[in-house]
Parts: sequence; C-alpha cells; structure tokens
Amino acid sequence: MSTFGEYGGRYVPETLIPALDELERGWREACEDDSFRTELHELLTTYAGRPTPLTLAERFAPGKRIYLKREDLLHTGAHKLNNALGQAVLARRLGKHRIVAETGAGQHGVATATVCARFGLECVVYMGEEDMRRQQPNVERMGLLGAEVRPVDFGTKTLKEATSEAIRDWITNVSTTHYLIGSCVGPAPYPEIVRNLQRVIGGEAREQILAAEGRLPEVVVACVGGGSNAIGIFYGFLEDENVRLVGVEAAGAASLGSGRAAVLHGARSSVLADEDGQIEDAHSISAGLDYPGVGPEHAFLRDSGRAEYTVATDEEALAAFRDLARTEGIVPALEPAHALARARDIDAELILVGLSGRGDKDLAEALARLA
Amino acid sequence: MKTLVIYLMAEPETPELARAAVEGGADVVELGFPFSDPLADGPVIRRAAERALARGMRTQACLDVLARTRELLPETPLIPMTYASLLEARGWEKFASDAAAAGATSLIVADLPAGDRPDLRRIQLVAPTSTDERIRLAGEETDGWLYLVTVAGTTGARDDLSPALASLVERARAATGVPLYAGFGISTPDHARAAAELTDGVVVGSRALLAAEEGADALRDYVASLRTALDS
Repeated sequence: MSTFGEYGGRYVPETLIPALDELERGWREACEDDSFRTELHELLTTYAGRPTPLTLAERFAPGKRIYLKREDLLHTGAHKLNNALGQAVLARRLGKHRIVAETGAGQHGVATATVCARFGLECVVYMGEEDMRRQQPNVERMGLLGAEVRPVDFGTKTLKEATSEAIRDWITNVSTTHYLIGSCVGPAPYPEIVRNLQRVIGGEAREQILAAEGRLPEVVVACVGGGSNAIGIFYGFLEDENVRLVGVEAAGAASLGSGRAAVLHGARSSVLADEDGQIEDAHSISAGLDYPGVGPEHAFLRDSGRAEYTVATDEEALAAFRDLARTEGIVPALEPAHALARARDIDAELILVGLSGRGDKDLAEALARLA
Repeated sequence: MKTLVIYLMAEPETPELARAAVEGGADVVELGFPFSDPLADGPVIRRAAERALARGMRTQACLDVLARTRELLPETPLIPMTYASLLEARGWEKFASDAAAAGATSLIVADLPAGDRPDLRRIQLVAPTSTDERIRLAGEETDGWLYLVTVAGTTGARDDLSPALASLVERARAATGVPLYAGFGISTPDHARAAAELTDGVVVGSRALLAAEEGADALRDYVASLRTALDS
C-alpha cells in the first residue's frame, strides 16, 4: 500500500478493505497492460481533446510571461475528465457497472456523468445542497447526461458531506459499484491513481513550454482544493529542482496552510480540524476549493519543502476572474482564478499556471459578487 | 447465555442511561465518542454525533462521561467506539491509556481496520466482504471478541436480519475461537434472537439510541425486550 511519508493510508471501515485491495490489484495490472494504456490514450485524444494548448497571457500580466495550461478547453470544461475517463476504463475492467461519485463545483460530477454516458454505466452523484444552489448549471448538465444527483442536506451541505455520503453508498453497494473519487484524496490507492491519471497535464505542459520558450518555467502555479490538478501539473516538473512549485488554496479553506494532521475520508493528511480531531468547516466562494482536507501527497510535498503553498482570498480570486476575462477573453473557473491571483504577484518572469477549468458554471455566483 | 451489547452516544445523561440499559439486561455498553464525519454510521448515529458535538462533547468530555459511567457501573465492560481522527489528535497511545484510566475495558475504532497499528489493543470488526485471511488476522489481533458486521453497509436499523450473517459466522468460526457478536442492522427482539442463534451475542446501536432519546425508562424497557428474546 502506498503512503506519502507519514500521510495517506487506509482509514476506512473493514467492509471496504477487500475492495481497495481489488482496486489496487486491478490498477497495477492495468498499468502493465498495453491495451489499457492504448485505450486511455485514444479516449484522451479523440474524445477528451488532448493535448490541451498552452496560451501566453500577455495582457493579463504585463512584464511577465505567464503561460496558461488550458484544461478549460478539455471536453466538459475541466481537468476532471482525465481522471474520470481513466477510472471508468478501470471500473469496466473490474466488472463494476455502477459508479458513485461526489462533487463540489460539479465539474467532477459532470465528468463522471459524461464517462458513464459514454460507457453505459449507471451513475449516482452526491452533491451538497449548498453546492447545488451555487452550481445549478452543472446539476442540470448531470441530469441531461443521465446521472442521478442525490442532494446531501446535512452538515456543511458541501463537498465534505457529499464525499462522506458517496463513501457510505460505496460501503453499502461495494460488490457492484466503483467509487469514482474526484481528487487525489481518499484511502490508498486513490491518491496515487488520481495523480497518475492527472500527470498528463504536467507532462504535456513541460514539453509545450520547452517548445515555446526553450527553457523551463521559473514557477508552476496551481490551485489546490483536494489538489488533483495541482499534483498533475506539478508532477511534470517534480524532478526539475530549479522549478518552484506553488499551490494556492482558498484563504478560508487552507488545509495545508492552517491545518493539522488528522484523518478525513480515509486518509491521514493535513486537515482543517480542531485540537480534538473534529473536522472544521471550510469557506470559499469556489465550491471546488471549499473542502477542509487535501491530498496526502501535497502534505508530504509541503513537509519535504519541494512544493510551497499559499492562499488567495475570495476577493482576489474574483478580481483575477474578471481580469482574465477582460484582458485575454478567457473566463476561468473560480478555482484556478485563485492561482491566477497569486501568479501575477509572484516574483518571477516565466510562470506556468494550471488553468484547470472554465468559468461558465460560476457566472451567476461571480457576477452577483462583482456587481 | 448470549451477550447483549448496547451502544449509547456519550452525552451528559449517558451514565444514567447506561445504568438503565444494564438494569434492562445489557451485558456490555459501548460509548460512542462522536466524530464529525463518521463514515461507518447511518443517519441515526450520525445525527446523534452531530447533536453531541453541538453540546460540546469533545474527547475530554467523553472521557469524563466514561469515568462517571464507570462509577455507576463498576462491573460492566465499557467500550469507547470512535474514529481514528480522535486518536490521531490526542496521540494514539495517550488516547488508549486515558480511556483505560477512565474505566474503558477495550476500544473500537471504526475506521482502523485489522493489520493497521496492531499494538493498539482493540476489538476488531469483520464484514461479509472480509476475506478468510483478514478474518483470521482480525481474530488474532482482536481484544476479547470479534465484532461481526452483518451487512455491507452503515449502522442503522433494517427490516430483516442480513442473510449474509450465516456464512460470515461459519467463516469466522473456522478462523478463530474468540466469541462472535453480531451488529449493524439489528433492532428488533426477533432480529436479536435470530442473530444470537448463530453467534455468541448481539450489538444494538441505532435503535437503542432512539429508545434512549425517550429517556431511561424507555431504554430500560427496550433493552429488557431484547434480553427476553435472547433468553427465550
């Protein structure tokens, strides 16, 4: 079982342990299997739209060379599809015909509903009522795609409770069901699976920026909620010791910045928790960052010093959201708007930013706040 | 004689409720130390945990309730049942030693499966999905008895006793000689009797919490109805 230093692990009820063992075996076999890799590559190119381009954002940050890795141009509008496609192919190999997932901003729910439609799998998505309100267009998209969206009406009514309910569903239906987790969180082997399915972002971006600039970026910046787009883009540059890796959390959901070691959703990580280990509420305008936990590998990268983590406030993210739209004609999701906000004041010239998704889903919320 | 285990959430009234449960015929009392995100629990225990946390039932308050319960019930095995995050926060060994000092007989950690932290003596759970190998491991590591989770699912009352229990008992008997108590989904005297025909005892949680919400008398009567069924 893979852990990340002292983080990760499998803190789940016994019922799930055999399923996690089966998943780990199935994943390792798939990774060794050329037909799995070929099928996934084919789907990523002909269905998802990879490779995504790199765009130089000259007007957004005059005096800097900020490149945007355009995961917003991926089918369904966010990087989440990379992971959903890979796990759906894996679920079919494991003989599972029912998929459950959690969603916060709705991007992972849409990606999951999409791959389930593509493969003819039954799809149930748990979503907090507060997030359903904030991200109504995505709720409607999931319905159109044939998924059942189950509202979660207790606790914070956001991603934390949606994740707990998805795991409870999985415990109850484990023989027929694959849990298609949306970020690099959860019990082992999920953080590793999701990271390896997202590292295509960083792999492409490294080649693209070398082709464009003939050198590596000084800094790679990405937003961090659970942390899957960040880990995916960071992995392309992990061995390049001179490239700074900067993760940007929402100021009210800074699991890495102000959290402590705790256990949430099956893994030990850095979590917003009180001194008794009770999980605290996160707050962010961005539903995708509004989560008190973070992937265990980010906690490890923070402690090792390889990556650094900072925050952006709701207001800073909103300003970057508006400015990117007006200067580049690109409406980012509120999640990567946090990364954009920090990228423009980082003391470096050549910067790569993970533009993890597009902002259509956020228009109502953002325009109301900007008015 | 079959063992009857009753689960109660740790709250200020719990020592008196635990005494009522024992008067009704409970042999063992589990004390839930609430956690904000209880993955193994269905709606009744989850809501009880939310309520207890809203009333300030953090770890030290739960230990105080445990100590007061121990004063009222000097002979009854008392077993805190909780989640890993509480132990992580307090320190794994310190949590266990503080619980023992407050009168705990053993410990159940719902999200710490067998094989992980074997030095932490606790009652292990096995489920219908557990492999024979894992049942054997849990039997070796467990502290006194083995908790058989009767269903793939979370805690909470169900209409019928799980059909998965019989084969789980058969596999567990083959793997270990420790007593087997069945829980999750057992709520009526009929369930309790049927489960106890296969096992050495039963654990009742969610339905006991609902009875406890109506007060000590209601809980005592409810536990007595289970006791009668087990003894008939």
